[in-house]
Amino acid sequence: MYSWMELGRLRISTSQRGKLISAGYSTLSSFSSLTPSHLARELMIPEEEAAQILKAASDNSRLDNTDGGQAIVNGAQTAWEMLHEEQLFPRITTSCADLDDILGGGINCKEVTEIGGVPGIGKTQMGIQIAVNVQIPVGLGGLGGKAVYIDTEGSFMVERALQIAEASVSDMSEYNDLLRKSHACQVSTKPIDILENIYYFRICSYTEQMALINYLEKFISEHKDVKVVIVDSVTFHFRQDFEDLALRTRLLSGMALKLMNLAKTFNLAVVIFNQVTTKYTEGSFQLALALGDSWSHSCTNRVILYWNGDERHAYIDKSPSLRSASAPFSVTGKGIRNSASNHKRIKLM
Amino acid sequence: MAEKLIKEMGLPKSMANVFAARNITTAKEVLSLTEFDLMHLLDVGMAQVSSAVARISEVACPPYQTALSLMEQRVQKEEHGGHLPTDLKGLDEALCGGIPFGVLTELVGPAGIGKTQFCMKLSLLASLPAVYGGLNGHVIYIDVESKFSSRRMIEIGVKSFPDLFKMTGVIQEMAGRILVLRPTSLSKFTESLQQIKESLLQRQVKLLVIDSMAAIISRGYGHGASRQHLLGWHISFIKSLAEISRIPIVVTNQVRSQTHEEGCQYSFQVQRTEDPAGYDSHLVAALGINWAHAVTIRLVLEAKSGQRFIKLAKSPMSPPLAFPFNITSAGISLLNDIGTELKGAEINRIHYHGHSEIINFDGKGCSDKWGKPT
Repeated sequence: MYSWMELGRLRISTSQRGKLISAGYSTLSSFSSLTPSHLARELMIPEEEAAQILKAASDNSRLDNTDGGQAIVNGAQTAWEMLHEEQLFPRITTSCADLDDILGGGINCKEVTEIGGVPGIGKTQMGIQIAVNVQIPVGLGGLGGKAVYIDTEGSFMVERALQIAEASVSDMSEYNDLLRKSHACQVSTKPIDILENIYYFRICSYTEQMALINYLEKFISEHKDVKVVIVDSVTFHFRQDFEDLALRTRLLSGMALKLMNLAKTFNLAVVIFNQVTTKYTEGSFQLALALGDSWSHSCTNRVILYWNGDERHAYIDKSPSLRSASAPFSVTGKGIRNSASNHKRIKLM
Repeated sequence: MAEKLIKEMGLPKSMANVFAARNITTAKEVLSLTEFDLMHLLDVGMAQVSSAVARISEVACPPYQTALSLMEQRVQKEEHGGHLPTDLKGLDEALCGGIPFGVLTELVGPAGIGKTQFCMKLSLLASLPAVYGGLNGHVIYIDVESKFSSRRMIEIGVKSFPDLFKMTGVIQEMAGRILVLRPTSLSKFTESLQQIKESLLQRQVKLLVIDSMAAIISRGYGHGASRQHLLGWHISFIKSLAEISRIPIVVTNQVRSQTHEEGCQYSFQVQRTEDPAGYDSHLVAALGINWAHAVTIRLVLEAKSGQRFIKLAKSPMSPPLAFPFNITSAGISLLNDIGTELKGAEINRIHYHGHSEIINFDGKGCSDKWGKPT
């Protein structure tokens, strides 16, 4: 397809098209990955207008598929576009470089990641860390987003969140000092700002949990800057006092589907925590994540946190794109960090 | 919120009538069905069902708070920042001020290690006036095994706070604030829990102690699914009690020996041929992994080489630490306020080495004979 055709087909005004061409953007791909504010500066137009242009461009690239003569379903994407998008969206770091490595750079947006582990392994701490890290500004390689924290167990400790936020702010300004030689970018984030950007829901029954998952779509469309939804834990209310297992399976799979849609629609990461149970397989009792076999199909990625001797490890149990691997991590006063013993690095399995 | 009535949710009249006609009255009933089930049941279109479910969900969903407002509300408004100080300096520091309000804290350990002693001390502390570090409130103590001793508790008080307890009437007032319940069966226990739910909100109850949870559960039922189910109900109920009333709940758990077939590994882990520590006698908590997930803080009390330790085995705010302690006439006290950090299986393992020696000699000045911690 010719470039002038690409621009010509965009649903934007003639003057906007003129501005694009005169700024040197002659193809869609040349500007479609810019942020609205960047494009606004380039074209000297208001940011809203830039956002409109970008939206028109992304709508158009979807329409493009028709030209390929492929069978088209509304909302479908080609694998090429998906690859492009994957590279576009930054990931949420876990603050443990080894774990980020095996996750392909961190927690992925547009995906549902399930994390499970025994009591005391650090699930809630990991949840708080992710809620803080999603707020790392774009200028420092983060998402600059906000977090929804769904606490079903009452284990979210706000004092601990403050400690992790304080450590994160001091890390950010340290990192910024290193960068400052080339860029002048001030870290103005304060720990209490980080706490203010965590929307905390305390859920006391499975009905409330279902209601909240349904309501999230509306909530997030009103709070577009939410970039991660954390459910700690998905298991609790479904594990206690639930006799009808068929109903439980139906409700859980419905919930998983809704969370997946949410992740796709709003380009955000969904992280759900699961508990552990013992299961009798192959003649012995073993640990396994709770909620049964049909649930284990529900999430895109599954990470298991476990004790490997005296060290905490994370293991990629299931992922369509990542290979099975394990990496050590540690829980420190500052939050989740690399394991102190550096001699044991990532192990591919 | 789950029990909210459909007819009070501001649905379009026609839709509200359809729900009423099918005898669906609460949000819980609607949300237990999928949208397809609802279409089938109500015989209306997808669009109407979706918008009704969206509306019902919005009403049934609890409101959010930012973590900042949560902090302002808890840390700044509640007594001692939302914690009951344990009077054990090292432990309080690790727990950001003490046993937190609104969650379950578990004490697990072998018989005679000091769980009840700790519970009595906490009860006393919660009843003390705020100037002495207490919560100035009432305490409900569910004493399943008849181990609570008023005499011992008062002794702890007199030795720990001599100035306060010298005043006339203090002993009576403090002891009068502690209400001891002795349920004889599981059904009585369940019944009194439900009564407690109401009185917690009306009275100035600042602490609930259940000593011991494992005993009452095992007294009621045998093993298997019914026990799991029953435990599930209690976990859920006690956790919601803590949450609604915003008080600390302290629960004790017993120990049992670990059986060999028990899983402690995932299928992807390489099977260890022989646990090097396998012959070393150790115990595990009596209530299993489902329970362990439910408690927010787990404190393990154990004996190792003749020395008692209190271990912070699970906590969302502290690394796993171990503190040596002993029990004197003033109650439980730490020998060292700087904890040793633990790793791996050591965190949850419950030792009882030289346990009998301490039980027999402790408090008589002989404990030193049994050596220092290794």
